[in-house]
Amino acid sequence: MTHLTIPKTYKLYIGGKFPRTESGRSYEVTTPKGKFLANAALASRKDGRDAVVAARAAQPGWAGATAYNRGQVLYRIAEVLEGRREQFVAEISASEGVSKSVATAQVEAAIDSWVWFAGWADKYVQVAGTGNPVAGPYFNLSVPEPTGVVAIVAPQGKGASLLGLVNVVAPAIVSGNTVVVIASQQHPLSSISLAEVFATSDLPGGVVNVLTGSPAEIAPWLASHADVNALDLAGADALDWVELEIAAADTLKRVLHPEPGVPPRTLDRIVALTETKTVWHTKSLI
Amino acid sequence: MNATNSGVTTRTALAPAERATRLLGAELTEKSLRLHLEGLPGVDAVGLEQRAAALGTRSIKTTSKAWALDRIIELIDLTTLEGADTPGKVRSLVAKAVTPDPSSPDTPRVAAVCVYGDMVPDAVAALGALHGDPDDGLISVAAVATAFPSGRASLAVKLADTRDAVAAGADEIDMVIDRGAFLAGRYGEVFEQIVAVKEACRREDGSFASLKVILETGELNSYDNVRRASWLAILAGGDFIKTSTGKVSPAATLPVTLLMLEVVRDWYRLTGEKIGVKPAGGIRTSKDAIKYLVTVAETVGEEWLQPHLFRFGASSLLNDVLLQRQKLQTGHYSGPDYVTID
Repeated sequence: MTHLTIPKTYKLYIGGKFPRTESGRSYEVTTPKGKFLANAALASRKDGRDAVVAARAAQPGWAGATAYNRGQVLYRIAEVLEGRREQFVAEISASEGVSKSVATAQVEAAIDSWVWFAGWADKYVQVAGTGNPVAGPYFNLSVPEPTGVVAIVAPQGKGASLLGLVNVVAPAIVSGNTVVVIASQQHPLSSISLAEVFATSDLPGGVVNVLTGSPAEIAPWLASHADVNALDLAGADALDWVELEIAAADTLKRVLHPEPGVPPRTLDRIVALTETKTVWHTKSLI
Repeated sequence: MNATNSGVTTRTALAPAERATRLLGAELTEKSLRLHLEGLPGVDAVGLEQRAAALGTRSIKTTSKAWALDRIIELIDLTTLEGADTPGKVRSLVAKAVTPDPSSPDTPRVAAVCVYGDMVPDAVAALGALHGDPDDGLISVAAVATAFPSGRASLAVKLADTRDAVAAGADEIDMVIDRGAFLAGRYGEVFEQIVAVKEACRREDGSFASLKVILETGELNSYDNVRRASWLAILAGGDFIKTSTGKVSPAATLPVTLLMLEVVRDWYRLTGEKIGVKPAGGIRTSKDAIKYLVTVAETVGEEWLQPHLFRFGASSLLNDVLLQRQKLQTGHYSGPDYVTID
């Protein structure tokens, strides 16, 4: 018996489902030497719109889950990713044109990132929150809360196809935000495979929505979208990102500037996508 | 009049309804009505659904879309039909009906507000000088009556319900038919009730409140029944035929609305008289609503797209239309933070 090659259809990930783009378009993903790898969906602004609707719908439920629960889900992503590392190594080495060991190092770093951020889920509030001294008989507490829906342009370059995506998505969702992320245009395959990991990791549908295609085409629509609360331009250094920040300012979005390469794991990235709530509470009446 | 519950008495003469006597002869009986309704040709369900699906694929863009969005707003019966309705809720509904989008003063007003009968005085008071005919740019008050939504009450109760609402100032009455009687084959009884409710819509000065007859198509089981019920409602004097109460699923669907529009078109060809259609329940997005506009324009003609001939019964539809309208005006997507919470 001969075995037929079954090429995989790389689709979008919106609201926990894998739809084709509503535009019906696709583009060719190739190796650095130009060899055909796969067809990926070329998402349109309307896919972006649908993704924001899905992210908005998922946000209260995800933010309402306990911090412990969110941490467990992020850790579960690491577990499932670990079980599929061969697939990611193959995809990364083909797409980025790097050796197996370099690709393996990237996959392992990505798995470590999920574990690292999972640990922060029930700890970042203690570190980023404060008890404020006030001149009166009150407790005054400041606590960070998720800002809402975050639109992200994922890092685009070599070495970032999986790790770059993880290092921008994980800090956004760990606090309870939901995400619409535009994957690397040239290396989108591992981002859609990562979406398959999300779909099987108890991550509620809509918490992460992955679009593949042209960031230059979709990002302006997300930057100006009134129902998006924050814009992470990590991978937008090649775009007209000043215009994107101006568009985002119209609706007072939080904005993270472009960050060439792979953004490091930092607590700052988690805190940057939160809002601070300050509560006054009377001390004992005695 | 001898409308009894003891089964079908075929010789019973029915109350004189002008349309029915014109079509079926002066000696209107349960039998002649039954012969007419059951003699209607059956509905080609596959063809109907295919036609509805085809009408739903039209691409409406730019200026046509802007026109459609404004027209949808002008055709909305903004509705609140909850057990928890309060005078305050009705006032805020009216405020939204008058000024749907405060950030865009050129937004048109909706056609009517639709409330339970006991909320009519609150709606009328809140509207004040803006209470009137939607064809003049004002807003009318519609009340659901006749033991809405089930319709399970005696005729006397239903009539009292209707008279109360009309006396309180309702311009339009949305009545439900007795689906139990209809499904049991007691067409005459349903007919009598509609005629009686129509009579109860008469105001002191002799004019009538407009009568919308709710068929509750989700409970009628077949397209043939929808066609029969539509004819029945028109023959008995309904000014509008309405798909659903919104309390039963499925509520309005495009095929059912298309079928009702076809009955209205046939009636117009037969008599030259224009009957209104109101799909209600389940229409939540502008995209869906535009499909209905296309269906109306293609089935009965564009002249039906005015408040006295076509309405949407909806509550959440308005917000989606406003979001789409803001998108067209500003060039970027809007969000639910920019419209009111209902």
